[in-house]
Amino acid sequence: MNRENSTNVVELLNLKMYFPITRGLLRRKVGEIKAVDDVSFTIKKNETLGLVGESGCGKTTTGWCILRLYKPTAGKIIFNGRDISSMKENQLRPFRSRMGAIFQDPYGSLNPRQTARTIVGMPIIIHGMKTKGYDDRVEELFKLVGLDPSMMTRVPHEFSGGQRQRLGIARALACQPELIICDEPVSALDVSIQAQIINLLEDLQEKLGLTYLFIAHDLSVVQHISNRVAVMYLGRIIEIANSKELYANPLHPYTKALLSAIPVPNPVIERKRTRIVLKGEVPSPADPPPGCPFHPRCNVAIDDCKTEKPQLKDVGNGHMVACFRV
Amino acid sequence: MSLLSIENLKTYFHTYRGLVKAVDGVSFNVDEKEIVGLVGESGCGKSVSMLSVLQLISSPPGEIVGGKVMFEGQDLLKYRSKSNMMNSIRGAKIAMIFQEPMTSLNPVLTIGRQLTESMEVHLKMTPQMARERAVELLRLVGIPDAKRRLDAYPHQFSGGMRQRMMIGIALSCNPKILIADEPTTAVDVTTQAQLLELMRDMVDRFNTALIIVTHNLGVVARYAERIYVMYSGRIVESGLADEIFLEPRHPYTIGLLKCVPQLGETRQERRLEPIKGLPPNLINMPPNCAFLPRCNYAIDRCNLEPWPSLKHVGGRHYVACFREILEKS
Repeated sequence: MNRENSTNVVELLNLKMYFPITRGLLRRKVGEIKAVDDVSFTIKKNETLGLVGESGCGKTTTGWCILRLYKPTAGKIIFNGRDISSMKENQLRPFRSRMGAIFQDPYGSLNPRQTARTIVGMPIIIHGMKTKGYDDRVEELFKLVGLDPSMMTRVPHEFSGGQRQRLGIARALACQPELIICDEPVSALDVSIQAQIINLLEDLQEKLGLTYLFIAHDLSVVQHISNRVAVMYLGRIIEIANSKELYANPLHPYTKALLSAIPVPNPVIERKRTRIVLKGEVPSPADPPPGCPFHPRCNVAIDDCKTEKPQLKDVGNGHMVACFRV
Repeated sequence: MSLLSIENLKTYFHTYRGLVKAVDGVSFNVDEKEIVGLVGESGCGKSVSMLSVLQLISSPPGEIVGGKVMFEGQDLLKYRSKSNMMNSIRGAKIAMIFQEPMTSLNPVLTIGRQLTESMEVHLKMTPQMARERAVELLRLVGIPDAKRRLDAYPHQFSGGMRQRMMIGIALSCNPKILIADEPTTAVDVTTQAQLLELMRDMVDRFNTALIIVTHNLGVVARYAERIYVMYSGRIVESGLADEIFLEPRHPYTIGLLKCVPQLGETRQERRLEPIKGLPPNLINMPPNCAFLPRCNYAIDRCNLEPWPSLKHVGGRHYVACFREILEKS
């Protein structure tokens, strides 16, 4: 392992995750949903990579592949220098404790019958790390996420949405992971609570040296928290750049449309903005259009776009874009 | 004179745990062809106040305990919910689009039936006439192959398409006011942009006033001319969009604007400033300003006196706060 590689916590190489579509009594395979189709990126230590896109574009599936909750169809997932893409469950175990996950729904992702203490401490028990200091560690986790340890004996319904998300974060931190997959951690929360959780995630990253994959559909939140942002469309990454650059100089027509679709809370700026309203809807991933997946909705598409798939190419400064028209 | 004016509306819910004053003295008005935004976080009473206008509050536990809803010279609250008067208003003169396009359409009726129903009832159209107009409406809201799609069922459409149909249904009787209650929370951003542009074009075309109820500050900044900000059952600030966004005067509005990330702004440039604490539980609220426990500007007076009423501060700008705060952004 050379030194440059060692700083990459995660490296995806041509990751593919296809789900079969089956039909009939014998569950014959009649097609495939290409949820993630040839995705490659790296996340460096202590970095936040944002992953944005609309529902069904494969961002969550990508996250689940890294967590190895799915076994990918093809491609490599290199975590800390080891390829975990085809490991068996017992081999994966030591890697699992190095990763944490925070989920979107603060109601559905916590067991309603367990106390907060059990929820937060469970990963420690599962990974056989329960030692004498267990109780202290759980208390420390509560404090770390800004929850009063006196709430430990409560059950999830006694917490508000924001507090539940804090519990989810405490659970993700329990085994001192390096990487946390944050899957839409703030989208179910009210705006005034969102900011509290975003600040908490930022503080924890600095304090504990965490690496985040931050998955969300809200580009303004993603840009705020991430160092680099990758934009996904129909299972493919169509543009990736550092967050400031992506906002100032979006190159892919889809990124441009996505940015212009987000209303800004300032009427003066709003009046000056040009709006690109996309026509139509996202095609089904079971039957993606040939060539560039975005071409049916693209206003600058040429004939090449209909037949050939554009690959990501570097346009300088680590800004990569998959479009023939750039 | 304004088209719709709500005066001191109060809607309470009687629950086992106590009285919930979901809407507690809300006054609100909408002019003809105006686009008004009603913003607030979940549970602040924005939906309940709009449902109260149409008397769609289930009673018990809900009860409209006071206030006036003046529309076309009549106080709608004088009529019972099931009266002919209210039936002739709902869907015909004041129409509403609900949050969930999945649940607000009837899954066992065709789109055509749901579109023609209100036109047959309110406009006394024959089934043929209504069907022809339904095709035209579907075309207007951007559903391709409209004639054939009339016989399809809601599950055969995507979320965005269903919300388009809701817009079509709501506008079918040429209402004076369209209330859109969180019309785009369940859809993606690019679909949200499509739907909001469509809604604005449609109200423009039909000369309808539009009330957008939302938690999204960006949406109101983009579309609304005038804005009402709600917090725990009351309007805390109202004014023209520019007044609210550029010179916010209520601590809650100021807090809201500071806690959302601006597009293109990274964490190195500005740390978000969240509003401390949690929104209050509405059961058995004290009489003071409900924002007091979370307020950075509170003074002794806030603790001693009941909730301040809205006060004119220039232009069309009203604020319910004892402090005279002026924050330019």
